[in-house]
Amino acid sequence: MPALAIERWAKSSDSRPDGPVLLTVEGTHGPIIHAVTKTAAARGARVGARLTDARALDPSLIAIPADPEGDAALLKRLAKWAQRWSPLVEVDGEDALRLDVSGVAHLFGGEKALIQDVIARFAALGLTARTAIAPTAAAAWAFSRFAGDELSPLHVSALRLDPDTVRTLERLGLKTIGALAALPRLALARRFRGAEDVVDALDRALGRKPEPLTALMENPPPRANLRLGEPATHVEAAPQALDRLIPKLVAELEDRRLGARRLSLHGFRVDGSVAVASVSTTIPSREPKHLQRLLADKAVALDPGFGFDAFALVADWTEDLGAAQESLVEEPSGERDLARLIDWLTVKLGPRRVRRPHPFESHLPERASGWVTAVSSSLSRTAPTSNRPQRLLDRPEAINVIYATPEGMPRRFVWRRAVHDIARVEGPERIAPEWWRERSSARLRDYYRVEDEAGRRYWIYREGLFGDGRGGAPNWYLHGLFG
Amino acid sequence: MAKGLSLVAGGAFSAGREHSRLPSGLGERWSTRAPSSPTLSELFAASPRDSGWAGFLLPQIDTSKPVLWVQDRMAILESGRIYPPGLGGIDLIHVEARDARAALWAMEEGVRCAALSAVIGEVYGDPAALDFTATRRLAVASERSNVPCWLVRLGGTANLSGARMRWRIGSAPSLPNRLDMRAPGLPALEAELFRARGHPPGRWTIAHEADRFHLVAGTGDRALGEEQRLSA
Repeated sequence: MPALAIERWAKSSDSRPDGPVLLTVEGTHGPIIHAVTKTAAARGARVGARLTDARALDPSLIAIPADPEGDAALLKRLAKWAQRWSPLVEVDGEDALRLDVSGVAHLFGGEKALIQDVIARFAALGLTARTAIAPTAAAAWAFSRFAGDELSPLHVSALRLDPDTVRTLERLGLKTIGALAALPRLALARRFRGAEDVVDALDRALGRKPEPLTALMENPPPRANLRLGEPATHVEAAPQALDRLIPKLVAELEDRRLGARRLSLHGFRVDGSVAVASVSTTIPSREPKHLQRLLADKAVALDPGFGFDAFALVADWTEDLGAAQESLVEEPSGERDLARLIDWLTVKLGPRRVRRPHPFESHLPERASGWVTAVSSSLSRTAPTSNRPQRLLDRPEAINVIYATPEGMPRRFVWRRAVHDIARVEGPERIAPEWWRERSSARLRDYYRVEDEAGRRYWIYREGLFGDGRGGAPNWYLHGLFG
Repeated sequence: MAKGLSLVAGGAFSAGREHSRLPSGLGERWSTRAPSSPTLSELFAASPRDSGWAGFLLPQIDTSKPVLWVQDRMAILESGRIYPPGLGGIDLIHVEARDARAALWAMEEGVRCAALSAVIGEVYGDPAALDFTATRRLAVASERSNVPCWLVRLGGTANLSGARMRWRIGSAPSLPNRLDMRAPGLPALEAELFRARGHPPGRWTIAHEADRFHLVAGTGDRALGEEQRLSA
């Protein structure tokens, strides 16, 4: 955007935008022209010249102080907005954006259409955009500033060298990139060293050297760092580091109005490896005591190896958490207490041992009631189903059943080597297999609620029927206990 | 035990229930002076394969808040994992403890959390970790935070304990089912209170219906027998 500053001024000012206006910045010897309108340019004002020189040519020029910070902020906003085209956007210098459009152009109907779209949308914002797509970032920079579609006929300043180097090259008669590239590399490298590395610039433009794009990071996760002067090999190092990192992280979370859902403590070892301990929380939290308690045990367990020389505490997963006051009186709300309890149990016992029911639409009893880790789920009441036992064996246990007729009611069964005489029985409740997910040999189940002579009640089932063609005689299983 | 345990013999049923299975005007009126504040109660299942105690415990739980239900590994293996569809719509947090020590630890953490309506812990056998100190700690924590705590013992013996009420609960043959004489009816329980603070021990056969427990007359109870014959 060659005219970003002046266009921004034109948009925000209430005077006529086509007046002879100059934006100036303070230089060593007085104000220097930063940007000019078209009218001012026609009257002899040039960017980079001194204001006094321009005034000498035309005293009617209007000088206004420029606002580079405002321009930079606008450019940053534009960079975010430009993520509509590509996720990888970088602010380049004072007036340019770089987009990595590899594999993106076809979404907009090809590279040409993409460029048209970019120019049109910037024009709608009142900004002039000069665009170029090239295989390397340096070449794109060159093409957007020097019209053309080939590098070799372009002037050497298209390599983005500093003015002194450009002047030296001009004196040597090397005016185009093509002429420069034709020279032996060794000679070039010997002549231009250090900051004015011509070979380097040439390599970047020709794609011999990578020039990665540092993408604009949308809200980097809150992070606190701690560097140690000496590598620490003792076990207490990590908990001690945690003591100092937690307040820093909590302060950052507070500033950004966030609460952590997952925290990771990274211990950077001397030998280049990283040890990580992480914990999750049920609800977003930025309570130093709670977070510290959760991480403390895991921090002790971090293996220092040859010693840690740095620690980082990162909240990889955060959620919005406003500045909230629990209540006027010192009585914590139930939800927070509960979440804290679940976090604590989960940290100590392991996430798979602390769970909540997760109902599932199925008629098969063991499938109808799933479990999910309590940390990751919110409370949900399981709707009671009638005639279901209070307890279910993880794996139905085979029982021997004596029955009057094969399809009739069971009379007596042996479970875990003890005989239960059935006094009362109700059933069957037939549950067919889920044919869409089970093998064709899966058999149906006939569930019976039975009560033995002592009044103990069980849920037993017969798997299959006689002559259903899916195996021999049906087996009986005990599946649940009623309370 | 939100409102305290009340056992009413042949008491009036809640309005709206047309026919009661228990004839009214039988037996004497009976109620325990239940502990006024939540505390630790210990339930001994008559046998690990008898889960009748759930019918005694569940009606006494306040379902407005979540319940922490801790089971140790042996309890799950021996008498099954709790099955939420059968528990009548309570918010559950289930903890599968490695052993009795972990189960007791989880219970104690739960009892300190006032956001829970109850903590239920099932422990199998007589583990060494479950001693007087452990139960006493649970009782004190429960009384301090007003969260009732139920320690369920499966296949354990009643040795020294700090529990305020100790029950032995077993199943009893269920009441007759009017719709189907062969089917199990309303579950009945054999409840024995063998140690309680401020209450004489006793033994009752009870059934839970609607919102309270009722005494069930024994088979030798002539009055009930007559009623049954008349209605049959």
